[in-house]
Amino acid sequence: MYRYDEFDHQLVSERVKQFRGQVERRVSGELSEDAFKPLRLMNGVYLQLHAYMLRVAIPYGTLSSKQLRMQAHIARKYDRGYGHFTTRQNIQFNWPALDKIPDLLEELATVEMHAIQTSGNCIRNVTSDQYAAAIDGEVEDPRIISEIIRQWSTFHPEFTYLPRKFKIAVTGHDNDRAAIKLHDIGIVIKQNELGDVGYEIHVGGGQGRTPFIAKKMADFVPKAQLLAYLEAVMRVYNMLGRRDNSYKARIKIMVHETGEVEMRRLIEAEFAKIDASQMLAVPPAEIDRISAYFASPEFETLPASSDVLEAAKTQDADFARWVRANVVAHKQDGYAIVNISLKPIGGVPGDASDVQMEAVADLAERYSFDEIRVTHEQNLVLPHIRLDDLKTVYDALHAHDLATANLGLISDTIACPGLDYCNLANARSIPLAQEISERFADLDRQYDIGELKIKISGCINACGHHHVGHIGILGVDKKGTEFYQISLGGSADENASIGKITGRAFTEETIVDAIETVVTTYTDMREGSERFIDTYRRVGLDPFKERLYAE
Amino acid sequence: MAQHSSKGARFQAVTANRLSDGEVVYLTPDNQWAETFAAADISDGPEAGDALLARALPADFELHVLEPYLFEVLQDASHFKPASVREIIRAAGPTVRLDLGKQDDAKRES
Repeated sequence: MYRYDEFDHQLVSERVKQFRGQVERRVSGELSEDAFKPLRLMNGVYLQLHAYMLRVAIPYGTLSSKQLRMQAHIARKYDRGYGHFTTRQNIQFNWPALDKIPDLLEELATVEMHAIQTSGNCIRNVTSDQYAAAIDGEVEDPRIISEIIRQWSTFHPEFTYLPRKFKIAVTGHDNDRAAIKLHDIGIVIKQNELGDVGYEIHVGGGQGRTPFIAKKMADFVPKAQLLAYLEAVMRVYNMLGRRDNSYKARIKIMVHETGEVEMRRLIEAEFAKIDASQMLAVPPAEIDRISAYFASPEFETLPASSDVLEAAKTQDADFARWVRANVVAHKQDGYAIVNISLKPIGGVPGDASDVQMEAVADLAERYSFDEIRVTHEQNLVLPHIRLDDLKTVYDALHAHDLATANLGLISDTIACPGLDYCNLANARSIPLAQEISERFADLDRQYDIGELKIKISGCINACGHHHVGHIGILGVDKKGTEFYQISLGGSADENASIGKITGRAFTEETIVDAIETVVTTYTDMREGSERFIDTYRRVGLDPFKERLYAE
Repeated sequence: MAQHSSKGARFQAVTANRLSDGEVVYLTPDNQWAETFAAADISDGPEAGDALLARALPADFELHVLEPYLFEVLQDASHFKPASVREIIRAAGPTVRLDLGKQDDAKRES
């Protein structure tokens, strides 16, 4: 894992000191709320419905056990005993008192973490593939370039006051688990026919009020030129992006209004200027230095299969189901990737208690080379578990209600905090996720339904990614009452698509029945081993509409 | 700021979040900020609503609360209650964690 150098330490510790002074001046009245609000937002502090909320950055979703234990400590000492993992691979605390946040940040800094780049119109925390360096078929560990982007973008003076926030995601694999086409910039690490590694760049994706799939702007940017290319995109956006209307200020609107061809021309013209200066050419030695932090763990040489595992599966059917649903093949023989579902039936998607976080940290330290990953689907990952240790890890997870065997199934729902917590929400999301998981609690039924991604947002800002849910649900407010709109056919992977709205919204009382109607329409119509999304793409929206709105 | 009260609203109250910890608070008849909705001053009619909000805006309140605003209240028999789901949730706490927020304090007191 990346370790802070002296500059990182200095930046973070100075930032905490600055914020402490800003909080003191706000409390004493020296700073007005108007003056203070942008400062607190630059430090990840939002005001929500019931309290302040602090969003802590987890760069590219990678945590050490020490860092996760610190989250548990913060949950216990400064919050109400839990944290919420988000669709940006971050963690949020829902109840910190303003005057205690500087102390909290100071403790956080001791494990090389902070809340910088989690708010404001800057380049936000970079997100990536949760299976980085564990999955077979990866061109390169995406966290190396993610870390280089983090260092380039942190406090970048030119890009601190962009027209709007800016999100970058990176994947090193053809199977996109980082939703790169739904980001302002999505990067796919590629290898060309000469064996050189470079980057395919997608620009202008995003969700919110006006969803767009990103346009491919460059097929192959060579390694040393990546920052120059990114800086060119940012500079074009910063100069020409709209500042007159916040709803139209994201780069996706600029790409749409400018057109893909002209946008590419503008970026390439700027890129040529920056590249010629060689200012941003990343020296190979620096790439090597950062790469060394992400060196592969020292895996044991093990057989590809495990008798211990096979025997345990035979003896424990629940364990066997968990292996089938939540365990993914590792690139290294004798190892597996373990997904920890934070979606227990009837639970709050993404929430983990202090005790659960400590349990996962202990398992990571003992069995997974001290690494934990956070997924944008609000789950956790132990990336490197020996097949022989799977049963032990499962038993420990099970003891902490962390062994729900539902990865990628209908109850593995993404849900934003919604109107239970969020100041922007129009409707609640979490209770709906809970009701859906309870309705479909039977795991055999979930396996029969197969891969089905439900994503729920409590408002059009789409933090719950409803636009790219196979089934998306959007909460809307009608005169103070909650209603829910369904969209179908969205996808966040390498075949990204935006869902289509079925029609009029459903009430809180009828929405779960409507979801069941969508599911049974699919199971009635599917052919062979078709997944929900395959059937939808074959038959389209109409059969679902007919069943949903039949009189 | 979002609109939390309809044009035709008869009864309204003023709410804000406390500066120190973000706690939801309500403006009381004696110009204090109370933690419970039951202690809120309720205005009757649009002009009274404007007057109520005006009382919440003096500069010295900025040391104690953030972003005060009017929201609609309904009269139910002899009780008042917030009209919108949002304000019902603010007055109680998250509906998915009944052990948190004001509803938890209410449990402890009972």
